[in-house]
Parts: sequence; structure tokens; C-alpha cells
Amino acid sequence: MTFWRYPMTPSEQPDIVSEEPVVEETLVEEVSIDGMCGVY
Amino acid sequence: MKLTDHFQHGLNSPICLTWELTYACNLACVHCLSSSGRRDPRELSTAECKAVVDELQAMQVFYVNIGGGEPTVRQDFWELLDYSIDHNVGVKFSTNGIKLDAARAAQLARTDYVDVQISLDGATASVNDQVRGPGSYHTAMRALENLASAGFAQPKISVVMTRHNVDQLDEFKAIADKFGAQLRITRLRPSGRGADVWDELHPTAAQQRQLYDWLVARGEGVLTGDSFFHLSAYGQALPGLNLCGAGRVVCLIDPVGDVYACPFAIHENFLAGNVRSPGGFETVWRASELFAELRQPQTGGACRSCGHYDACQGGCMAAKFFTGLPLDGPDPECVLGNADAALAARSTDTAIPKSEVDHSRTVPTRRPRDSRVNARQPVAISLAPPPRRPDRACDASPLAGVELAQS
Amino acid sequence: MTEREPDRPVGAFDPDRPYRRSRSVALRPESFGALVYHFGTRKLSFLKTPELVEVVTGLEQHPDVHAAIDAAGVAVAQRPSYLRALAGLAESGTIERRVIEPGTEKDEA
Repeated sequence: MTFWRYPMTPSEQPDIVSEEPVVEETLVEEVSIDGMCGVY
Repeated sequence: MKLTDHFQHGLNSPICLTWELTYACNLACVHCLSSSGRRDPRELSTAECKAVVDELQAMQVFYVNIGGGEPTVRQDFWELLDYSIDHNVGVKFSTNGIKLDAARAAQLARTDYVDVQISLDGATASVNDQVRGPGSYHTAMRALENLASAGFAQPKISVVMTRHNVDQLDEFKAIADKFGAQLRITRLRPSGRGADVWDELHPTAAQQRQLYDWLVARGEGVLTGDSFFHLSAYGQALPGLNLCGAGRVVCLIDPVGDVYACPFAIHENFLAGNVRSPGGFETVWRASELFAELRQPQTGGACRSCGHYDACQGGCMAAKFFTGLPLDGPDPECVLGNADAALAARSTDTAIPKSEVDHSRTVPTRRPRDSRVNARQPVAISLAPPPRRPDRACDASPLAGVELAQS
Repeated sequence: MTEREPDRPVGAFDPDRPYRRSRSVALRPESFGALVYHFGTRKLSFLKTPELVEVVTGLEQHPDVHAAIDAAGVAVAQRPSYLRALAGLAESGTIERRVIEPGTEKDEA
């Protein structure tokens, strides 16, 4: 199980302004140690 | 809140950083981002390097990516490696493999908290050596063999994607699998000597698409250093933070202690300070004007109206800068082609920024922009002091850096 | 009191047990929460709320996970999310069980 997930692209985001309860944000986000730009 | 929003408040310390230990190198790769070759006489001493490690430890920097030039040509490399690990700063070092004989491979296999990254830019010697020089493929293979024989767990093979190796992605994966290594592919930037070969070496638009499709279909377990976030506008975002880390989550310490926003931006406009100044690296990270500027919320500029801005964040700052494009506009390799007009509009009068920091063992001859020849001349050895850096704020002025006699 | 299967594997997350931050993990507070780096697995994680950071750093002081969550002031409605997050942290090795032997506290391998 991993909490790491792709950030949503605009095309994946719901296009209705929803009155539903806000989707719970993950509390933990995992990133590859390789996963930041500016390091070779 | 997105993580990117959190970063706008600045981090107490970089998450990781690149530290180029020396400008000396046994190779002369045509695209070298740091224009390496000759050692700089002002490089940090062993004691000064240890002081930097002490700072990184105090700041709780988790790990440091050591490179150069070729870091292992420094006599004190192995001492500094051990010192860093002993002081809770993990090390990943990037090497062409020249010093990784059986003994050093065995030593590394016994050492914890160290990762090794072997540079390779072709799955065959003929493709690789065109960029990295004769014998360099063999050197990399030998290093990988030695590491495998010594039982070193999972080195990385790091490839800069070019027009000539995009078709070799499956073969790179096979090489990595053969040596028990993890494949890493990264983006060519027009930085350092990369500026001289950018036009002929950067992937075509069709190849960018090919690369993106390959990553989506077969890129599981392949690292990218988050260097392809500009391709996210094709659709599904690639794994990673998908943002420019310069001055926000990462930075560069160069061999003479200069701190730049990013290793692909070794230019006075992106120079934040020097570790030898009072307050050392920590003060530069936390208080430099440049980094404060970079940590301001990004408005998107000309890219703001594009529906893909959230995914691509306007692309790579260094790529825009060194192709003479405005930083608040599209990336030269914008997948929608939004930069094509701006690139075509550049005339021979358009000033393309060029770094003064060049330790190449040869220098380029002056050539028209559309020349395909990357001709270089040997550098005359001089005992003259290093050239004065122009005043950053007055780059446009012909009198920048000139002291006028007071009448 | 939850009924537990007698042969539940030791590795499974059990919030009725005592836990602590793993010794191989460095945790660095930031304004938004904390950065966590596991030196063994080389995995980097972001803990995205200060409350979660407080739970994780406080685990060692409490007899079980629930108590640590209470002490951090997590709202009742949030508890299930926090338990899921902590289960993930256990799986990634960021937090680990600590075994209390009579008279001594001993590491669990």
C-alpha cells in the first residue's frame, strides 16, 4: 500500500462545483527521493 | 493544500541538494551542464568541505547528490564520503566510473547509506561515445560489472535523453536489468556546454511524445529526477513533485562554494551566495534574496491562460533562460508548441545568456547559431586572476562592474 | 476491546499496541508538518499536518496508538483517516511496534 499518488491533471478534476463533503486529503504523501527537479 | 503551496513558504533546509566537488574531469562530454574539465584553483579544501557537511548535518539535510566534474578524481573523495555518512548525511554520487575498480566497488558494497549513479548516454558504445568520448562506454560498463561482482545493491544508471538515444530506451532498461541497476533518464538542458549542442541534440517534438509514451507504458521503476514534468501537459502527470525545485527544495553548491539555485543554472543571475561567507550555507539557503524571490508564488505569466499550467508549471527555468526565452513564458520544449514562435523570432542580435563559469579544457570557436559544428579550441593556460563577475543587477549596462575614476 | 485473531502476523498494524518512530527514520519538522526520510528504504514522505507529526513523535510515550492520537487532539471525525495514515506508515517502516517486556522495554526486530 502506498499513499503516493499522481497529482491530478486539469482533465481529471471534476468539473462541477460540488456541494459534497470535501474529499479527504491524504495525510501522508510519499515521494521518490529521486522525485525532485534540480538534482542530477 | 497542494504540496507546491506548502513549498512557497520555504523549507527550513533543502530536501536534498547537488554538490559539485570539483570542476576537474577525465572526460569532456559535449553536453556537460557544468562545463567541467579543469580543476579550479579556488576549490574548497578538505576542511572546508567537512565544514559544509557539518552544516548539512545541523540542517538535517537527509542526503546530498555529489557530482562534478568527476568527483572521484579528488584525492579526498573517499574521506569526504565516509565523513558525510558518519555525520548522518546520506550520499548519492554521480560518476563516469573511472575510479570504480574491484577494490573500490567492494568498499562501496560494505558502505551503507551510499548510492552510486553511473552516467551513460548510449546503450551502445557508438552512440554513447559520440557524446561522452572514446572509451567512456567501456569505462561505465566496467564500473557496473565491478559493482555487480562486489554485490553492491542497485546502482543507478543515469541517461541524458538526446535525439540519438531515444530509440534505445528498451536497451537501456535491459542494461540496467542485466547489472541489477535502476534506470534513470533525465532531460538535456541547454546548460553549460549543453548550450553548444542543444539545437542538434535535444529530442524532436515527435521524440518527446515517444519518450512520454514510453514512460507511461513501461516506465514503472524508472527514475526521472522529476525532469520531465514539462511533458505532463500531454495528459497523465508523471510521478514526482512535478515542479521546479530550484531554490525551493534543492540547490547547488559548486566546487568553489558558490550556491546556485540549480545545477542547470550556473550563471550569475542564479547565484545566491557563497558558503565561505559569514553564516555559511545555512544563511544563503534561508536568507538570500534570490531564493526569497524564487519562493514567491508563481503567477504563471504568459502561461497563465493555458489549461495545462497546473500540470507543467511553465516548464524548466534553466531551459528558458539559456535559450533566450523569458522566464514567465513557455518552455522551449513546450509540448503544445507555444514557444516555437518565440524561438523562431530570435535574431542574431538576440542576447542568449552565457555563463562565465567555464572550466572546459577547450573553448568553443565563435560560430553562427545555425552552424552544426561544435568546434572547440584548446584553452591557453593563464595565471591571470579569474574574470570579474559583472554586477548582477546591472547585467544590461555596458558599464556593469567597471569602476569609474571619480573626478 | 477488539477481538484479535490469535495468528495475526506481527507485521500487521495494530493500533491497540504500543508503537514508536523507527530508529532508521529522520524526521524534520516544517511549517506544514514534517519531512520524513527512511535511511534504509531511501523513501521520503511528507506528513501533511502538524497533528500527524505530533502523533508520530508522541507514539513512544503512549501505551497504544489510540492514546497518542487522543493526546495530539485529533478530532473524532478525523480518527479513521489518521488510523489509515498510520497503518501506511507502519507498512513503510516509518513507525514500528515496540514490545514491552515485563520490567524492560525491548526492541522488536
